Amino acid sequence: MSMANAFDVALVALLLAIAVWVVVARAAFSAIVVFIAYGLLVAIAWVRLFAVDVALTEAAIGSGLTGMLLLGAAARLRGTTASGRCGLTLRIVAAMFCAMISLGLGAVILTPPDVVVTLAPAAMANLPPSGLGNPVAGVLFVYRAFDTLLEKVVLLLALLGVWSLTPDRLWGGVPGPQVDAGPDGMLAFLAQLLPPLGIVVAVYMTWTGADHPGGAFQGGTVLAAMWIVVIIAGLQNAPSIDQRLVRFLVVVGPAIFLGIGLAGFALADGFLSYPAGYAKPLIIVVEVALTLSIGVTLGLVALGTPQRMRRQ
Amino acid sequence: MVSFLLAAAIFILAMVALGLFRVFCGPTDVDRMMAVQLLGTGGSAVLLLLAVAVEIPAIVDVALMLALLAAFAAVTFVTSASGSPAAAEDATDSR
Amino acid sequence: MRLALDIFTALAVAGGAFFFLAGTVGLLRFRDTLTRLHALTKADNLGLGLVTLGLLPLVAWPLGALKLISVWLFVQLSGAIATQLIARLVRREDPQA
Repeated sequence: MSMANAFDVALVALLLAIAVWVVVARAAFSAIVVFIAYGLLVAIAWVRLFAVDVALTEAAIGSGLTGMLLLGAAARLRGTTASGRCGLTLRIVAAMFCAMISLGLGAVILTPPDVVVTLAPAAMANLPPSGLGNPVAGVLFVYRAFDTLLEKVVLLLALLGVWSLTPDRLWGGVPGPQVDAGPDGMLAFLAQLLPPLGIVVAVYMTWTGADHPGGAFQGGTVLAAMWIVVIIAGLQNAPSIDQRLVRFLVVVGPAIFLGIGLAGFALADGFLSYPAGYAKPLIIVVEVALTLSIGVTLGLVALGTPQRMRRQ
Repeated sequence: MVSFLLAAAIFILAMVALGLFRVFCGPTDVDRMMAVQLLGTGGSAVLLLLAVAVEIPAIVDVALMLALLAAFAAVTFVTSASGSPAAAEDATDSR
Repeated sequence: MRLALDIFTALAVAGGAFFFLAGTVGLLRFRDTLTRLHALTKADNLGLGLVTLGLLPLVAWPLGALKLISVWLFVQLSGAIATQLIARLVRREDPQA
């Protein structure tokens, strides 16, 4: 067995063990920490499958933002008296559902068709006119741009879903904890040093997505993370959700994307098609706008519902 | 050389896996949190070794992403562990 | 020249892996939260540093090497900050620790 296979075997064994551990863990906190570990290992698995774009997103969201959200949730639940054990019927139904999905996936993967159907050669061959070098970016913005547009709208809807949990009296308030930490201290040091570097990395991530793994979503996630660090450290208060700038930034990405898509009716062949020669500049404009929107939207989703009204 | 780097990656992966036992035993939640630290460092090392072994430089970006967000879980845990007095008290600690 | 660089890489990466072993042993065997924290951050960061050093001859110069070093620096920064935060939390929750 070659060393690469040995690595894969070790990784898969570890993944399975950790997945079982997450399910059977007794304490919520242990399960969360092990889930963060699981996210990291899945990112390494994506790397082994040569899907580096997905690995980037998994490392950022799966073990970064989701871990943060779960830890925050566990902290909130600590003070409650809910027992947290659900009934046996529910658990059996959940187990059957998961088993069905696993068996279905296994059947599909283990019995491949005689002729492997793949569009990869066609996708690579048609990439040059758009000026992109990364086939994933090509799929996202050229071949399946409609899906990407809808995904960004779904992100917006997720934010609205989070905001819809606000109690009426707090609508228009400020999410996140009230932190009055001064400019000294450890957290403030992190929040002063990390974000400038993080913003450089975010810009790099978005820019390099045209030819190498990366893109608007990964860059936006880093931006959101840096913003959250500044807010958690108390260097800046979270914006209240009725501020115009906040709502503008959240909407500007999908709006520009939609605008360029509609302009395709007049300037090119149809919805979301680009005029010849202008594909790359238009895609860059869309990606920059999307990076900003995704950063603000993900940050707001992670901050949660408004907790208090803004001090007048 | 490639085999050696992959063998080192397997070894470090095994060390991370062993370190997770602390999540199992660790008497307090703080001990469990430290396993996430180990993951960040060990995971970055594994990714860097993989990046050089399979000659895909983009994998270093994944390690970069991981390194940037490594402090997140710890920061969230500390600020939510005993409520927000954590940050306020942190500000009054002498540097 | 190539052979010398390869030996350098092998030694550095092996040293790094050894320090990861030391860090994990410390994490599992030390009796106290704070000493475990100490073992974790110092040994593991040194391990990552040695691994990075060993991989430097094998990557493109200068951008690849710059990225490699910045990964190590970021991990050091977050490791240092997280360790301080966790240690202060331990001290706050158990003043005798």
